Order: sequence, then structure tokens, then C-alpha cells
Amino acid sequence: MSAVMITRKVRKWEKLPGKNTFCCDGRVMMARQKGVFYLTLFLIVGTCALFFAFECPYLAVHLSPAIPVFAAVLFLFVMAMLLRTSFSDPGVLPRALPDEATFIEMEIEAANGNVPPGQRAPPRIRNVQINNQIVKLKYCYTCKIFRPPRASHCSICDNCVDRFDHHCPWVGNCVGKRNYRYFYLFTLSLSLLTIYIFTFDIVHVAMRSVVSGFLNTLKETPGTYPFYICFILLVCFFTLWSVVGLTGFHTYLISLNQTTNEDIKGSWSGKNRVQNPYSHKNIIKNCCEHPVLCLQKTTAPLIPNEHTPDEAKASAVSAAEKSHSPKEEQPPTAKLPPLASPETDAETSIAKDKPH
Amino acid sequence: MFETKTSSSAFGNYNSMWMYTLKNVGLDFVRKGTSQHSRFHNLQELRHSASLTTKVFIQRDYSEGTICRFQSKFPSELDNRIERSLLEETVKTLNSYYVEAEKIGGQSYMEGCLACATAYFVFLCMETRYEKVLKKISGYIQEQNEKIYAPRGLLLTDPIERGMRVLEISVYEDHGCSSSSPSSSSVSSACSTAR
Repeated sequence: MSAVMITRKVRKWEKLPGKNTFCCDGRVMMARQKGVFYLTLFLIVGTCALFFAFECPYLAVHLSPAIPVFAAVLFLFVMAMLLRTSFSDPGVLPRALPDEATFIEMEIEAANGNVPPGQRAPPRIRNVQINNQIVKLKYCYTCKIFRPPRASHCSICDNCVDRFDHHCPWVGNCVGKRNYRYFYLFTLSLSLLTIYIFTFDIVHVAMRSVVSGFLNTLKETPGTYPFYICFILLVCFFTLWSVVGLTGFHTYLISLNQTTNEDIKGSWSGKNRVQNPYSHKNIIKNCCEHPVLCLQKTTAPLIPNEHTPDEAKASAVSAAEKSHSPKEEQPPTAKLPPLASPETDAETSIAKDKPH
Repeated sequence: MFETKTSSSAFGNYNSMWMYTLKNVGLDFVRKGTSQHSRFHNLQELRHSASLTTKVFIQRDYSEGTICRFQSKFPSELDNRIERSLLEETVKTLNSYYVEAEKIGGQSYMEGCLACATAYFVFLCMETRYEKVLKKISGYIQEQNEKIYAPRGLLLTDPIERGMRVLEISVYEDHGCSSSSPSSSSVSSACSTAR
């Protein structure tokens, strides 16, 4: 009796619970709702395109050619940071496998003792001591884990994220431990870009007005120029207030070593004499030793495009199965840290004649 | 064909038990030069063929903040399976590796500045120090599994596969009926797992 089993190597991201979408074979990971992200892209690319098309020629000639060059560099940096923030894994914590979930349940039951029927079980909390302060770790019913300190569950993406900051619709992804650095650099560079474009927009209009008067400037330039200039000014004005404000807010959070989530919830606001156990109480030290800004990828990646070690290989055990999907060979990307056990199971595709 | 590794006799006996089990579940146990990988993986596959008894989880130690560190408390379920000092040594070494990985110093600042200046494109060609240390850690865990844990019917799982939340130790049924391993827990010989 022959059993031909050609099983497809299943990528980990294909099996991931949670409401994320993946592209490029798991290299790109985003939330499901991407509409606002496309708007962000449109605004940034559109405004910069208008700036390069309508203002840079004048400024390059009359002021300096370095102006558009620097604007281009800044624009590329902003786009790189935006895409990096949007596409990378924010630090999603893998859900507990059934064994671990059962183990935790048993521990909880042992700790709670017998709850009389009709009474609600006590909340599932684990107390740990961090820097001489008691911190409560909450149990996540979706992921079936006790969340590590500073982790939180994002209901939009349906994942627990390590050092959860917030879910940013503008970026189309959560902001957590692994991409907070890119998010901060994105807001910072976007602020600079906005200020830069806004300034040179005004300089451009002013220079033309000095030469030929303000009203004449509007008449002189081709019919649609004023419209584009107004569009740029409008976008920059609103962006200035929002993005620069956001950058300032995050700089404040960094100096205190807090996350947006903790700030909103008032976790360390000082009431009940609860202080932030992660802060060094020194602004310089907080900034220089910021665990996310200064370190390189300091949390476990989800490794979405590595193979699942348990998946599909177990089907080789039951020899009667037949699978018709072709085997796919996919090299792992060099970007993500390697797994402890890279999948070498050529045994997944086994063709043999074997009596039972 | 199955090639017996010429190591300790306990290990050799353990392997022969696996071989018997494997033949009956219809797998080719191919041992090559990359023996660490294939044994490691085959142990994982056998998780599904009812050899796995239980799993023990070593939790994170948060007393020093959010730095990655595992508790050195010895789990009581492993009392009969492994000597305390060996497991404590493993956990201590792992903790020191994680400290090394997350260390902030001159090199990490340089890497950070270079990366920022190149809009992080430099990581297309370069590996970060953290990734290098992670590789070291996974190599160390494989080596520990090979030398210490597999002969005792245990298997360490790299914490990175569990999101750095726990250090998972899989406990397998002890086939040491003719081995010298000091086990008195549930002993079921390979014969009972034959189908």
C-alpha cells in the first residue's frame, strides 16, 4: 500500500490568529483597515509632488538648488519610516499553545481554590515585583496568557502587543515595542518636512510678491498655481498642528519612559502613590537609555514567514493521507532574526511504499 | 537508515528506542551531519505520537524590570529527570546572553546612529548585534538539548518561539528501562507505543 504525501510547508503567518493582513509572503504585516493609511500616503506624496513641481523650480533658481535636494532626502526618509512603521510587526506576542494555556488554567484554579457555584471567580491577576514595586499582570482571555508588563491587547488587531503604545489608523498598524522607534522617527521627520515645505511655500509667495506685488503674483502665475499653493499651505497648516503636537507629546512620553496607553489610562499618574517603575527619574537617562529608541529590535519577532514546525509535518505520521498541494520551497528572509530550529524537514514530502 | 551516534550508552539506548518507535509510525529517521537538527525536529514530530508526557514552563523574572530574564527556581516536576545544577546553569547562561543582547553601549549607539542615517536600509546587509546574540542563543539551546536534555528525555524550546514569555521544557516518556538514567517516573517502554 503506497502512501504519497506531498505536504505544503505552511508559513507561520498563514496560521496566525488575529486580524492582521499579510503581504509579500509574510514580510508585510498590517491591520485590516487600511483606508486612513492610504489617505496618509496620498497627503504626503501629493503635497510633496506639488511642492516639487510648482515651487522647487523657482526656489532652485532664485535661492539655491540645495533646497529641493534636501526636501527630496527628507521626503524619502519620511516615506521609509512610514512604510517601516506600517509594515513591520509591532511586537505581537504569540498566543499560548494549548499545553501552555492548560498549564496556566491549572495554576489559576489552584490559586483560586474552590469557587462556590453562582459566585464570580476572582479576576485573574498575577502580581510581580518590578524595581521594588508591585505590578499587576492581567490575564488575556483571547490570547490565554498573562500579559507581560507594559503589554496590552489591541482589539482592532486582536493581538497582544508588547509595550503597546497605541493603534494608529494613520499608519495602519499598532505601535508597539518593535516599531515605536520608526513611528517616532516618522512623526519627527514628518514635522520637519512639514515645517520645511510650509516655510519655503511662504518664502516663495513672499519673494514673488516682493518682486511684483501680492495680487500680481496671483495673476502672473499660471491659472492653477494659487490653487496648488493654497492646497499645500492648508495641508501643511493642519499637519503642523497635529503632527508637531504629536511629536512633542511622544518626546514628552520618552522623557518619562511611558507609553501612550499608560498615559491615557493614568497608570502612573501618581494617584495612590503609584509611580512608574520603569522610569529612571532622570530625563537624560530616560532618553539615552530608552529601551526602544536605543536598542535594536529588542523583542521576539513573530517571524511570520518562517515555517510552522508542527504544522503539516504531523500529517506524515498517518500514512493513509494523501495531499495534492505541491511542495513550496521558500528561503527565509535575512531581515528577521533566525529561528532556533530552521525547518529542514524534507520529510514533509515523503513518498514510500509501506505495509502497515 | 538509522545511524547510531557513538556517544554515551544511555544516549545510544535512548536512540534505539526512538528507532523502534519511529519504524512503527512509519518515519524514516535519517541521521546526517546535521544530526542536531534532525533529532531536534524528530523529537518535535514525536510530540504527536503520544510520547510527550507533560510540559514545564519556566516563567520570566521581572524583578529587574522588563529585561529578558528567566526565573532560576527549579520546577518540582523535573526533580527526577535532571540535576538541579544543570538546569540552573542553563538558565543562568541564557540570562547572561539576554543581558548581553540588550546591553546599551557604544556599539549599540553606533549601530543606531548608522541605521538612522541610512533610514534603516543598512540592515538589509548587516545583522544587528541583537540578532547575532539570538543566533548564539539558539545554537546554545540546540547544543544543550543534544548533550544534556535529550538523553534525559527532555527538550528545551527556544523562548523566542514563545514570544520570550516562557522557557518551555517538554518532558517525554522515559524509555530508560535499560538505560542508566536516574528516572523513576512513569516508564513505558517503546513496545507499548508500537502500533
